[in-house]
Amino acid sequence: MSALARVNPVTPLLAAVLYSIPMLLTIDVVSAAVALAAWLVVFAAAGIGPRTVLRRAWPLLIAAPLSAVSMLLYAEPAGRIHAQVWLATISDRSIELALAIGLRVLALGVPTLVALVGLDPTRLADGLAQVARLPHRFVLAALAGTRLFGVLAEDWRQIALARRARGLGDTGAVRRALQAAFALLVVALRRGGTLATAMEARGFGGAERTWARPSTVGRADALLLILAIAVAATAIGASLAAGSFAPVWEGAQ
Amino acid sequence: MTGSRIRARGWGWRHAGRAVPAVAGLDLDVEPGERVLLLGPSGAGKSTLLAALAGVLGGEDEGDETGELAVDGAHPAGLRGTAGLVLQDPQANTIMSRVGDDVAFGCENLAVPRDEIWRRVREALAAVGLDVALDRSTAALSGGQRQRLALAGVLAMRPGLILLDEPTANLDPEGVVEVRDAVARVAAETGATLVVVEHRVETWLPVVDRVVVLAAGGGAVADGSPAAVLDAHRAQLAHDGVWVPGLPVEVARGGRHPGEALLVGEALRSGRDGAAVHEPLDVQVRAGEALIVTGRNGAGKSTLALTLAGLLPPVAGAVRATAPLRGELAAEAPIRWRPKQLASRIGTVFQQPEHQFVAARVRDEVAAGLRALRLPQPEVDARVGGLLAALRLDALADANPFTLSGGEQRRLSVATVLAPAPRVMVLDEPTFGQDRRTWSELVRLIASLVDDRGCAVVAVTHDADVERVLGDRVLRLGGER
Repeated sequence: MSALARVNPVTPLLAAVLYSIPMLLTIDVVSAAVALAAWLVVFAAAGIGPRTVLRRAWPLLIAAPLSAVSMLLYAEPAGRIHAQVWLATISDRSIELALAIGLRVLALGVPTLVALVGLDPTRLADGLAQVARLPHRFVLAALAGTRLFGVLAEDWRQIALARRARGLGDTGAVRRALQAAFALLVVALRRGGTLATAMEARGFGGAERTWARPSTVGRADALLLILAIAVAATAIGASLAAGSFAPVWEGAQ
Repeated sequence: MTGSRIRARGWGWRHAGRAVPAVAGLDLDVEPGERVLLLGPSGAGKSTLLAALAGVLGGEDEGDETGELAVDGAHPAGLRGTAGLVLQDPQANTIMSRVGDDVAFGCENLAVPRDEIWRRVREALAAVGLDVALDRSTAALSGGQRQRLALAGVLAMRPGLILLDEPTANLDPEGVVEVRDAVARVAAETGATLVVVEHRVETWLPVVDRVVVLAAGGGAVADGSPAAVLDAHRAQLAHDGVWVPGLPVEVARGGRHPGEALLVGEALRSGRDGAAVHEPLDVQVRAGEALIVTGRNGAGKSTLALTLAGLLPPVAGAVRATAPLRGELAAEAPIRWRPKQLASRIGTVFQQPEHQFVAARVRDEVAAGLRALRLPQPEVDARVGGLLAALRLDALADANPFTLSGGEQRRLSVATVLAPAPRVMVLDEPTFGQDRRTWSELVRLIASLVDDRGCAVVAVTHDADVERVLGDRVLRLGGER
């Protein structure tokens, strides 16, 4: 297990906020590149190798190029113009922005996804209720609900098969999907109702409650928060030093 | 730990929106440590009484209460942890993702200190004989294991009253024995008062020391030792749908005329997502013959049935429909037919009826498949009326399918599949959890489809009685049981 397993699941949530706010202040290549590099070093030191990073953050490999390409083609042109097709213009400015945006998506997304994907819902609920002090009835009801998702996935398959068996799949795809979705909704409501009864039968709903699994915060949590702030500070500092700091409030010009 | 005392005086409950009370005028005393089997026809309010005793019946919004009901001298709605309830559907009893957490859940709610919780969790799991790791995923448990897990969760709360609502109805024979034995052990060790609702009396006779029979819409009509009550009310109980021991159900079979093969499986392996669940097998589904598919849990019975029914593509080998079944269709493989073409040739009754329902009224539910075939309205009306009458659903024609009882839902799902008059019927556990009355109606109906109408039937079942009556041919999957 990596060092992240010693961190309370609530801490990455807070760390993501502390890190993202300063990182959203500027759109430039230097700060994003420095931050991304810093996180990869931190993760490697914490025993999270590139394979794990890729496995958790792969959607960004699609999201980052997509946002970069749209910047490349449609950002307000400035500097030398390299190509122009109808509304799309590639200029010095748009190349720079595309790089900055693409890197920024990675710099924000990679650490967040690495820390949050694969969080155990039970541990997260324990943390939210015991550390973040959210109302336990709400947290536990949500936790019990997450278990139903797996059950509902199987329900969905059965409903699809059952509709074919009833000879009802010949209508349009949209109508068919809507009807099946309604059937799933009915099943889900009933499952939710029974779950509530089962929970109530086990004494759920009282004001006082104890926790079988302790959820605590310790040095690992403090370290993660400090790291989050430190990486953001280093990145912004580097960007200021390099003179590439581009605050969002100055707009794209 | 001592058992709880139950006292009811003129107690009744009417669910909101219903004209007739589920229970009325009930007088009942249960002494601490008594072990009671609660019987009665479907609709007699057995589950309602259990829910009330568990304190989960709800408040004034949910219905009207009359008379008085007390557990250890107090109304059960105000008690927490005095009574523990295990429901029929194993899936519904599981709350948490890991075995240990699930057992601990009730203790946490009762504010039991942490060290004490884990001691109780281990004790409870040992008492129900569930020897799995505490961090084992609850999704990986069998039905019988899940019910024992639920029992452990209840037990860890140290309740004075254990309430079991058809805890073994959805289980295979091995699961039934597992759960029954666990309950017997727990009752003996803890001295808790026990109330069990079950149709299958024989299973529970070794455990209970008293039988109470409820009447539909009334109070208790019989009460006493198991032997005395069963002797005095044998015929009435059987009529009410109770599986009275020593009174086997006989379903007469007409002359059998096995005819041509309608479906042929060749070197067939079925499975989900490309992973086969059984070895290749050759199987023929013949007109005028019932084929029983049986075998242990997880042997792939349901998957095979759905594959034969043209709902899942074979993983290997092939399912072919012969010319008499296919008619004018070019494609031999039922999986390639369009839904309408399939439903009028092969009908499938699923294990959980609610997955099949598509309409807001029973009448429209049966008509849905016929309308899809664009039959003329008079023809639709005639077929729907006939089927509803044959399956005793005519009084419920305008009810919402989801509000029906388990037995009614099962009959409705059979009616919907029969409506387009398919020549092949595939049924997945058609008798699961059914009382004796619904059971015999269903088995008679299936037998007459085979014997009188020359249909081919494929029935997946664990039920030895179904196999005895309908097993013209038996396919046993997954080796010996």
